[in-house]
Amino acid sequence: MASIWEYANPNNFIDTTDKLLPWISILAVLTLVVGLVWGFFFTPDDYRQGATVKIIYLHVPSALMAINAWLMMLVASLIWIIRRHHVSALAARAAAPIGATMTVIALVTGAIWGQPMWGTWWAWDPRLTSFLILFLFYLGYIALWSAIENDDTAADLTAVLCLVGSVFAVLSRYAVNFWNQGLHQGASLSLDKEENVADVFYHPLLLSIAGFILLFIALVFLRTQTEIRARRMRALLTRERLS
Amino acid sequence: MPDLGKYAAEVLSSYGISLALILGLVALSIFRARRVRESLAEIEARSRKNG
Repeated sequence: MASIWEYANPNNFIDTTDKLLPWISILAVLTLVVGLVWGFFFTPDDYRQGATVKIIYLHVPSALMAINAWLMMLVASLIWIIRRHHVSALAARAAAPIGATMTVIALVTGAIWGQPMWGTWWAWDPRLTSFLILFLFYLGYIALWSAIENDDTAADLTAVLCLVGSVFAVLSRYAVNFWNQGLHQGASLSLDKEENVADVFYHPLLLSIAGFILLFIALVFLRTQTEIRARRMRALLTRERLS
Repeated sequence: MPDLGKYAAEVLSSYGISLALILGLVALSIFRARRVRESLAEIEARSRKNG
């Protein structure tokens, strides 16, 4: 079996992901469509929350991906810091706009859901606040990559920013447990079946989460390929200018 | 279409905004991927020509 480090070679990465990308994309669309259609059309209203419970199929998966995208960026950044593989730094760069979009979706759907349930669009609750800070870290991370011309320096500095931001990624996941206060409820999904949402919501929610994960993987593959090509393009243009 | 009752605006706007953001991200990613791929091919061809 091939070592994972073989994919640190940009050509190997592009060749392999080229083969995988169509299948993952098809699977992502299928699971997303089935999960969301099932959740939207074929699940009942909640006895307390009414039809707003249907927002769960977007809010929970996007919040989950907002945190996990940052954790994926953390792993990729650590690989860059330790092993200096360019593909890992570029994968972290590629994932950032996806994570930022997921954070916006989680914040917006949370605000829309919160208004009728809590009577307010926003509260300085531990989870909401740490999520907002995570979003600002995403923006800072994307801006820092764009602001620095030298790719290696940009990768170094953004990797450090990613390490710092990871505190908020973890915090936004466990904020409810740490402080045990604020408006936001605890986790909707748990290994403890008693704490899970009801079965009727649980299965379409799982499918929707799977769709978001697959969509994230497909987009990271596509965007990393693009970053690899863009980096090669910059190198060739620099060589042209110097010759 | 399910009966969303008094929460129709909240549910539909959540779905509308989220799907628009996701589709926008996918479209932008595909568009940039194509543009960069074409530009790189052009630059590589030029480099080969110029030796």
